[in-house]
Amino acid sequence: MLEVDNLWISYDRIAALRGVSFTVQKGEIVTLIGANGAGKTTILRALSGLVPAARGRVTFEGEDLLSLPAHVRVRRGMALVPEGRGIFGNLTVLENLRLAAYTRRRQDLERDLAAVFGIFPRLEERRHQWGNTLSGGEQQMLAVGRALMTKARLLLLDEPSMGLAPVLVQEIFRVLRRLNEAGTTILLVEQNARLALEVAHRAYVLETGQITLSGPCDELRHHPKVREAYLGGA
Amino acid sequence: MFPIIAQNILNALQLGSVYALIALGYTMVYGILTMINFAHGDIFMVGCYLSLAAALFLLGLPLHLPAGLIFLGALLFSMLLTAILGVAIERLAYRPLRQAPRVSAVITALGVGLFLENFTLAILGPEPRHFPPLIAMTPWQVGGLSLTLLQLLILIVTALILVLLDLLVRRTLMGMAMRAISDNRPIVPLMGVSVDRVISFTFALGSAIAAAGGLLYGLAYPVLDPYMGIRIGWWAFISAVVGGIGNIRGAMLGGFILGAVEILTPMVLPSSTYRDFVAFSLLLLLLVFKPTGLLGRPLFERV
Ligand SMILES: Nc1ncnc2c1ncn2[C@@H]1O[C@H](COP(=O)(O)OP(=O)(O)OP(=O)(O)O)[C@@H](O)[C@H]1O
Ligand SMILES: [Mg+2]
Repeated sequence: MLEVDNLWISYDRIAALRGVSFTVQKGEIVTLIGANGAGKTTILRALSGLVPAARGRVTFEGEDLLSLPAHVRVRRGMALVPEGRGIFGNLTVLENLRLAAYTRRRQDLERDLAAVFGIFPRLEERRHQWGNTLSGGEQQMLAVGRALMTKARLLLLDEPSMGLAPVLVQEIFRVLRRLNEAGTTILLVEQNARLALEVAHRAYVLETGQITLSGPCDELRHHPKVREAYLGGA
Repeated sequence: MFPIIAQNILNALQLGSVYALIALGYTMVYGILTMINFAHGDIFMVGCYLSLAAALFLLGLPLHLPAGLIFLGALLFSMLLTAILGVAIERLAYRPLRQAPRVSAVITALGVGLFLENFTLAILGPEPRHFPPLIAMTPWQVGGLSLTLLQLLILIVTALILVLLDLLVRRTLMGMAMRAISDNRPIVPLMGVSVDRVISFTFALGSAIAAAGGLLYGLAYPVLDPYMGIRIGWWAFISAVVGGIGNIRGAMLGGFILGAVEILTPMVLPSSTYRDFVAFSLLLLLLVFKPTGLLGRPLFERV
């Protein structure tokens, strides 16, 4: 579904990604794990068109992505839940969701809203509240809800667990698994490697802009390097 | 005493309407691009001339159209063409500089303004043009107050535009996109929204509203010259800052305040030549004591 081939990205001449290649198959949950500054966010930003690629090739369902502007990539069926959530504070919950359905047909709006509210009942209770008055957990739900409103077939998530209480983290991950079972392909970036390896099918390990390890999560979980660096030794 | 005050309030509302309409363009562009479009006063001037051209054309037809129809025709014609002008200016002059330092955009905007002034001058010459009296200026006496049909028309058209704009920003998808851009532009493309399209729309809207202001102004103060946009542009800009630039309701409020300043200054001070002094003093005082303007800076305020 998604093929990334030899992707290079630099910020002001400093290379953040140095020849990254990986794939995501339809129906999979794939996770990227790596330390702070490894380049995980950079990968997702490049895939969704927020930073330009210096070199490399990305295809999504066979189509070249890098030549498309960011808002067109959303139409192609790819949505990013960005690091820090990116909720519009001067829009209400409902308006945030409606805006995310910008590219969709108006007739589907009510049905799609109902689907999101079905997953996150809390958002429905707060639908007229301003985005910047939501709690961190509610903002994360809204960020995921917005991505769902785009009806993306591939969901890119950047640290959905960040800053959330364990109960909420469990809830978000339950939702991700459910979405995946319903057919959504997921590329997940996580600090919490233990959790990520639990929910995903395959994983890539990123170190200073390069992929150093990859494989099914069941295998990587037992890899000595992964255990030492990302699972706290144990 | 009372009728004099009431009369002046009425006059202030009339002038303030025009300032408010132009101030909206400054504030919307600032809200979205954090850039001050210093060419906006001259866009208003072009809108004024386009209204004049349309009105003269329609009057010249051997159809004897009713004044209301001519007014409407001139309004739509100038709003449409001025919107296209605004979009073209953004495309050609501002968009290539969007990543450049802020000062480049300011200098470019000043240059665009000069271009519009001199282009108009070159085509029409320096002699002032006169707006034909379309709408009756004979006053009705209402309780000691003299009210003209034109004043009523200006207030009604302005109120209509303000209400429609408010609805647009609050209720429509495009309005949501505008607010989203003013809050967090980098995230907006992730919603599938083209930021460029929203910016073009904003310029079209601001310019069209300025053109409506141009027609109303031309009817009320019927002497047009190519430099008229400078002073009026400054007053509208001050209106936007006084109300809180980036804040739509602030621009409306600021416009009416500046209208009042202009009308009331000659009542208090010996001559109307003090009016710019008063307006700029107001601006300076405000920038010192309340730099975000009366209604504050939350861009495209939420309530
Ligand atoms: N806008 C930027 N300008 C300059 N350098 C940047 C920019 N954004 C990221 N970088 C650098 O690129 C590298 C990769 O950053 P990135 O945000 O992708 O890391 P990450 O893996 O997501 O880290 P974290 O887990 O802390 O979120 C870092 O060294 C970072 O300092
Ligand atoms: Mg990151």
